[in-house]
Amino acid sequence: MFDAIMYLKVFLVGGFVCMLGQILIITTRMTSARILVTFLMLGVVLEIFHLFEPIREFCGAGITVPIIGFGYSLAKGAIQAYETSGLIGIFAGGLQAVAGGIAVAVVCAFVMAMLFKSKTKV
Amino acid sequence: MNKIGNATMVFENAPRVIGNYSIVGDKEGAGNFGQYFDEILDDDTLGERTYEKAECKLLEQCVRGAIDNAKLSPLDIDCVVCGDLMNQITSSSFAARSLNIPYIGVFGACSTMAESLAVGASLVNAHYANYVACATVSHFSSAEKQFRYPLELGTQRPPTSQWTTTGSGATVLGHGDKGVAITHATIGKVVDWNVTDVNNMGGAMAPAAFDTIYQHLQDLSIGPDYYDLILTGDLGKLGSEVLIDLMENKGIHLSSNYSDCGQMMFKNNQKTFMGASGCGCCASVLNSYVLQRLRNKSLKNVLFVATGALLSPLTCQQGESIPCIAHAVSLKGEDYV
Amino acid sequence: MLDIERNKKYNDYLEHKIPKTRPWPTLFHAFWVGGLICLLGEAIKDLLMLGFVNMTVDDANNWALIILIALASLLTGIGVYDRIGAYAGAGSIVPITGFSNSITSPAMEFRREGVIFGLCAKMFVISGPVIVLGVVASIIAGVLNIIF
Repeated sequence: MFDAIMYLKVFLVGGFVCMLGQILIITTRMTSARILVTFLMLGVVLEIFHLFEPIREFCGAGITVPIIGFGYSLAKGAIQAYETSGLIGIFAGGLQAVAGGIAVAVVCAFVMAMLFKSKTKV
Repeated sequence: MNKIGNATMVFENAPRVIGNYSIVGDKEGAGNFGQYFDEILDDDTLGERTYEKAECKLLEQCVRGAIDNAKLSPLDIDCVVCGDLMNQITSSSFAARSLNIPYIGVFGACSTMAESLAVGASLVNAHYANYVACATVSHFSSAEKQFRYPLELGTQRPPTSQWTTTGSGATVLGHGDKGVAITHATIGKVVDWNVTDVNNMGGAMAPAAFDTIYQHLQDLSIGPDYYDLILTGDLGKLGSEVLIDLMENKGIHLSSNYSDCGQMMFKNNQKTFMGASGCGCCASVLNSYVLQRLRNKSLKNVLFVATGALLSPLTCQQGESIPCIAHAVSLKGEDYV
Repeated sequence: MLDIERNKKYNDYLEHKIPKTRPWPTLFHAFWVGGLICLLGEAIKDLLMLGFVNMTVDDANNWALIILIALASLLTGIGVYDRIGAYAGAGSIVPITGFSNSITSPAMEFRREGVIFGLCAKMFVISGPVIVLGVVASIIAGVLNIIF
């Protein structure tokens, strides 16, 4: 906890992952939705090959805060739910694992949209 | 003679600009033409609840401004010809509802100013109308919502993008022997050179501008130097360079008499990349800067070529390319007889 | 045939004409803003574990993400997140905060069309693919896990 080396690793890996995203934007002119999906898939793939957890050991939030972590949670959720509840777990598990995050996003979006109006850019 | 060459109309009764008006948002007002616009808004919602309602109100106010400038009342106007970027051109229809004038709605995307002038001038020239109001409008926020992204989404604008103008321009045409005259109009064809990049409108529209300008010059058997100013609507920085290259390939040299409203609208420090776009861009510049210069005789002969991209968000998603169009209108200075 | 050739030549010509922006400023901005957001997540996790003695690492992680999601939503609401996005590009899109912003911004934008048909119906207009493809991918991951 409060380990400076860990913080450095978090910053460097997190920054690096975002920089990769920026490279994608520059070279392929991808829109933000596509970037989100690409990094999400990366998270799922990393978990399929059991690579995500070792990376998380190494740099914590550097890999869990990017949407890659969201992809990992989805995949892990489906896999774990199969182990506890059988085949139905594969369908329910993914969404169950990320339900908290989605629910918070929905509720906050709802409140913000009721309170605030969008403004013209400058 | 009412037609010359393949596609150019000749207005032998030269409809005159009896009145005009321009209104823009504060970003445009802080640009290069700030001193010429009739009105610069501080609040781009115009007190309305939504940006779409603001766009209707903006158009209505601009048309009323032009009618006042012509020292007429809305009852004197035989017809209002206008269009905009919204689905089903609702801004124009709802403004026309308030104006209570017979209404012709046109859609030419950003080429609407020239299209409405061509239609309006035809009506006046043929004596089907004594006074016609021609106008168009665009609003940054309503265009972003319809064509691009929610305003609060954190995205970066690509380097070829253009900034949709919040602005409106309106012209009242009528008979007379004094005033800026419209003498010719060339209606463009839809031109599509298979550009699919929605962030490069200038590149998509340049072939249409090229096609119409070339047709116009051929029809009248003139060269580009015949005009003091050839002004395109919103090709932007890249699109203008492309147009110059396309004309060079045909042996036509566009020199210092060629400019583009989109490229000129904003200052470099306003971070608009390739410049302004939107119907309101060339409409507001025409109805302020250009008409003022035609009146003070620093310009005698102008070819106004508004360019538009005729896509919809759906056609893009379905993988279609971007078809474009350009219409040209020839304006002569105050002295024209 | 002539048209297809001409169009191809024209599009190649356009590619060359498009200004090549220097990537370095934007890459650097994406790097440091993205890194900072991740660092914030780690710091929040550490603070939570300090403040709530019984909290497990996993719970603290989840709470940190929830706080980041709420924070991004607030910044979107007050009109600041889009400026961060214009500056940082992927640095603001890739972290979970980008996902939150992509839900809050259409909700705000389409509120004008009413709460039900605007705000609610269009809330997932940007992030829909993330949720749909995420679910599909998780099921595939589950199936692959059974097979191998």
